[in-house]
Amino acid sequence: MDIYLIEAMINGILLGGVLALLALGLNLIFGVVDVVWISYADIVMCGMYGIYFLYAQFGLPLPLACLIGIAGSACLGALVHKLIISPVLDSPPLNQLLATGGLLFFLQSFATLLFGTDFRNIGVRLPVLEIATMYVSFARLIAFGVALVGAVVLYFFLKKTYTGAAIRAIAQDREIVGLMGIDQRRVYLVVSAIGGALAGLAACLLALQYDVHPFIGNTFGPVIFMICVLGGLGNMLGGFFASFIISLIIAIGGYYSSTELSYVFAFSFFIVLMFIRPRGLFTP
Amino acid sequence: MNYATSMMRILMLVGAAILVALPAFVPAYFLHLLIQILIWAFIYTAWSLMGRFGFVSFGHGAFMGLGAYIPALLWTFWDVTPWIGIPIAVAAAILLAVIVGYPCFARRVVGHYFALVTLALSQVVLLSLTAARDITGGSLGFTQKTVGHSWYALQFPEKSYFYFIALLLWLAGLLVWQRIDRGISREALEAIGEDEDAAAAVGIDVMYQKMRVTIISAALTALGGAIYGQYFMYLNPETVSGITVSLQIVFAAIAGGVYSMFGPSVGALLTLALTEGLRVWFGTEFIGAANTIYGILLVLCVIFLPQGVVGALQRMKPKRTPQPAKPAAVKP
Repeated sequence: MDIYLIEAMINGILLGGVLALLALGLNLIFGVVDVVWISYADIVMCGMYGIYFLYAQFGLPLPLACLIGIAGSACLGALVHKLIISPVLDSPPLNQLLATGGLLFFLQSFATLLFGTDFRNIGVRLPVLEIATMYVSFARLIAFGVALVGAVVLYFFLKKTYTGAAIRAIAQDREIVGLMGIDQRRVYLVVSAIGGALAGLAACLLALQYDVHPFIGNTFGPVIFMICVLGGLGNMLGGFFASFIISLIIAIGGYYSSTELSYVFAFSFFIVLMFIRPRGLFTP
Repeated sequence: MNYATSMMRILMLVGAAILVALPAFVPAYFLHLLIQILIWAFIYTAWSLMGRFGFVSFGHGAFMGLGAYIPALLWTFWDVTPWIGIPIAVAAAILLAVIVGYPCFARRVVGHYFALVTLALSQVVLLSLTAARDITGGSLGFTQKTVGHSWYALQFPEKSYFYFIALLLWLAGLLVWQRIDRGISREALEAIGEDEDAAAAVGIDVMYQKMRVTIISAALTALGGAIYGQYFMYLNPETVSGITVSLQIVFAAIAGGVYSMFGPSVGALLTLALTEGLRVWFGTEFIGAANTIYGILLVLCVIFLPQGVVGALQRMKPKRTPQPAKPAAVKP
């Protein structure tokens, strides 16, 4: 096997870690609140701008900037839920999809208005590691590690805490939990904030690798939906594995052809798989 | 024929007369806006043929992209006249609609899942157009070969020609909408939109009905895209395909209202007037301001006006004659 192909695959799997984090956040929101946030990737964009300004413009230390970015994204997630999702909670699913789609337009254009369409980079240059004559991006390695840690933390939060149990209970049966004394509205808010925080974490990791611009959400957004649907909307474990499948397809496709075509392969793979397994790969 | 319908006829005739006489009076800039409104209105109407029955496609950017690019590329690189290129583009859109639509319907991909599969489809077309940068110029876009005034190349520097082409197209779109609205298949499609199993149980050929409306909708969208391409001459993957265009189509149609014939057209009028008005108001130093307000209005519209502008107006109108019950007509 070609050494460069292996290199591409390793970098693909590493990117998959960040995508998995985003897929977890989106799936959590879908599984619990039952709303698909079309604009989820644009929360990431907001987080990236936040980190860029805190670190590169105001000179805060990077870890602090990241923490504030995560907290800010969590607040943004809760705010989006309060302002946009809760008024349409009882509307047909498509209206909910459209409301968050309107938010996508708003966030992208508002970012254009505030920051212009320039590509901005936080200017952190991490070394490229050389492992057995293969080049692996250190930034991606960190991102992969942090994403995995984030996923594990989320797992234990859901399994071990009271709020986590309440979240899982709602995902299983939203009718009955009200009778069990769980305040659904509060859980929805918490879940939206967690979803926002995961987007903020992903923003920290992506800011190390990519320039931020108002439309960066369009690069990741469709891929994340695809991953979530492939894994089965609301199925967190499925989404986690699906993100590695998709990132591998993108990496291998990109190695043999161009970046755009690799995404074409990934999207086509997704469409075909939806015909074979309409409820997702891992849904029985 | 009662009083109301004859009034309606007269109003429509007056409206048609105004539309036909318009190019003689309005300045070129407004004619340019009107042409865009008519082309988009046609595309939104085509989308609403599916959207009103709850088959919400986020993939119409794909059909529009095919429609815009195929005739333009054929003409620019192989000297094939758009008179042949446009039918090829429409056929390609139909083929794509069948390839994706048939398995979708056979496998019961509905609701969210349908929206997201079609979203992937529009990304596939966008990225393929961008990837073929040797001929399409990638994300820089490309300009068609120009020959001046020519029926053969379907190019007219004089705007009034395109105005009448767009007007005819739009009227044809409304006619198709009306035929489907008045036909038996509307009842069938509404039943399918409500509950596929129940519809199949009463003997509706679910697959046939869905495929038919999907093919019509895709074909018309490609046609609209082709005329858009002929009018603008400059094409960019981002402006005729992909998630942005698909969402724009869905939003404008829904904002206008998908349950009435003029709804999508009102959506086109409102959204274009809004973006253009805001653009003039804010000037070019505040890029993004227009779309920011547009985005806020979209969210407010979905929250407070789920039936769209025309739908909301119709509900406010006092009803003189008892109207026949409309099943499923209020499900946005």
